[in-house]
Amino acid sequence: MPWSQIKPDMDEPDYGRDNGLDGRRVTYAAATREALAQALSLDERVFVMGQGVDDPSGMFGASRGLHLEFGNERVFDTPLAETALTGVAVGAALAGMRPVYMHNRPDFLFLALDQLANHAAKWRFMFGGAAPSVPLVIWACIGRGWGSAAQHSQALQGIFQHIPGLKLVMPSTCHDAKGLMLAAIKDDNPVVIIDHRFNFKNKGIVPEDPYLVPLGKGIVRRPGRDVTVAAFSHLVADAYMAAEELAREDGIEVEVIDPRSIRPLDEELILGSLARTGRLVVADTGWKTGGVTAEVAALAAEKGFASLKAPVARVASPDLPTPAGYTLEAAYYVGKDQIKDAVRRVARA
Amino acid sequence: MKSETMLALYRSMLRIRRVQERIESLYLQDAMKTPVHLCIGQEAIAAGICLALEPDDSIQSNHRGHGHYLAKGGDLKAMIAELHCKATGCSGGFGGSMHLVDVAAGHLGSSSIVGGGIPIGTGIGLAMRMRRTSQVSVVFFGDGAADEGVLYESLNFAMLKRLSVIFVLEDNRWAVCSPRDSRQTGDNVFLRGADPDRLFTARLDGNDAEIVHETARAAVARGRSGAGPSLLVCDTYRIMGHAGCKAQEPSGYRDACEIDAWSDKCPVALYRAKLASRGILDEPTEAAMEATIAAEITEAFDFAAQSPLPHDGDLHKHLFSE
Ligand SMILES: Cc1ncc(C[n+]2csc(CCOP(=O)(O)OP(=O)(O)O)c2C)c(N)n1
Repeated sequence: MPWSQIKPDMDEPDYGRDNGLDGRRVTYAAATREALAQALSLDERVFVMGQGVDDPSGMFGASRGLHLEFGNERVFDTPLAETALTGVAVGAALAGMRPVYMHNRPDFLFLALDQLANHAAKWRFMFGGAAPSVPLVIWACIGRGWGSAAQHSQALQGIFQHIPGLKLVMPSTCHDAKGLMLAAIKDDNPVVIIDHRFNFKNKGIVPEDPYLVPLGKGIVRRPGRDVTVAAFSHLVADAYMAAEELAREDGIEVEVIDPRSIRPLDEELILGSLARTGRLVVADTGWKTGGVTAEVAALAAEKGFASLKAPVARVASPDLPTPAGYTLEAAYYVGKDQIKDAVRRVARA
Repeated sequence: MKSETMLALYRSMLRIRRVQERIESLYLQDAMKTPVHLCIGQEAIAAGICLALEPDDSIQSNHRGHGHYLAKGGDLKAMIAELHCKATGCSGGFGGSMHLVDVAAGHLGSSSIVGGGIPIGTGIGLAMRMRRTSQVSVVFFGDGAADEGVLYESLNFAMLKRLSVIFVLEDNRWAVCSPRDSRQTGDNVFLRGADPDRLFTARLDGNDAEIVHETARAAVARGRSGAGPSLLVCDTYRIMGHAGCKAQEPSGYRDACEIDAWSDKCPVALYRAKLASRGILDEPTEAAMEATIAAEITEAFDFAAQSPLPHDGDLHKHLFSE
């Protein structure tokens, strides 16, 4: 697929300057793959499954060749049976293993919802803590772009956000892709990681040794005094570029924050930044109604109302399935330009 | 079969039956504020299968799970306390009757989503394989659960990886008020054409505890040897209503003659007669057994009655493992 025509390979924005990172630059896929390889070698309970994890393309490169290194028993292809295989992962986790179940599209997780929402998320609570917990990682990548249409481009974080008992992570940098994956695998609970195909076009600074990025802890990507933009996944890069342009064009200093996890959500980071700027834009690739932007906006209204100098603005996908056609698709997706518009709106309000 | 085994089988069935009867007789008093699904008439399956297992073999159960829990060695007091939603219940009052668990006894939990435990038990079998143990994982489910596609997916995966999973289909002919014939065409399609080397299948009289036990032993041996999964379809009947007690059973959906005919095939009574005719069970032995069981049940109900309820503050405790 000619993804390059949608978004070219590039270095991710140089957050390193602000985040104290230095050193080796690798691709997002290599960072994810390194996390999996290190988890597989550090902990014999870890295994990786998924339809196509041992394909030559290996989940956009995230799992490429792992089966050659760790054997087909620990890195294996699955039948096309998302419901049962999610339950298989739950059962294996209950019985002491640490499965990582990978999907190259999040859409297929709808087939797995019974086991994810009805079982994995509830198992520990349902037995009052008397049953083992479910240390399970479900990873899925949004495959946006080039005619993928309604059933292959869905940003389903709003659905998973809604379910108590699931942790939900959306990395935006190569560094975090590795550290959050390692943290998710180490966590004793079910964690869903929603990744974005656009992130895979990036190269960034990634330390070689294993390290953890704590779940539920966000980060300021760019300090600023005028408007806070809380962005998720690949929109963090868009928000960063928007901020750089707005500083040049309008003299608006945007603070870009990246919560990194949706659940648990780093409320302190969001409310702290809002307290500094008084204005908030929330940007997420998911649908607007009942989604991540709704939740963060509600947080601002509920706990940050006193800080608000203007209404919160939301940048989210319209409440529509994704169209396939090129012009329709371009009209559908949000990114840097919509973030800039929203920032200008709240800055003036 | 040794006489101790026969007595153990009988004792296990009798205990499940007496526990169910006590629940049924007290249910309308409303102290048990949780739906109960009694397995009266199906005791031979739980008893026969679980007697073939070791404590560290695991089972996945369902909403009709009292028999599985008791036969696998689950703690009776903790079960009755759970039916009263007490803090001392096996799930601390968070689960109620459909979510029994006793990890020490190899009972890793039960789902009230019909069919939900089938892939989970399969995954437990996968973990056993990856950890190179010779344990087996048993999944109990009904003919209603066999309507669900996840059974096909799970069987396929268990066959593919030759997992030591024993799928136990308790065909009691009813799913709530739907007869099996309105939902399935005789033997399910997935049973036809399964390579016997990949899947050992047997259809058996689920009301005959010895047949169940002996078939289970064969399936367990196959599992332990690494040869793969088994599917045991056990014909049986749900004597009581779907949920609650007899007084709450709606009428008009099934024929009284059908219930009578199956009551004549009561697994407990049939086995009692068989053991008596073999001279293995005499009256004093049986009376002693009944007395011990009755005392144990009374103790469990007293324990539940005296146990504290959970506190409001417990509500937030168990979502995540920290
Ligand atoms: C997925 C799902 N669908 C429907 C129900 C409602 N329900 C609860 S028990 C039951 C009947 C199940 O029949 P079967 O599996 O044969 O078990 P039995 O009750 O006969 O032991 C149904 C339909 C449910 N709990 N889960």
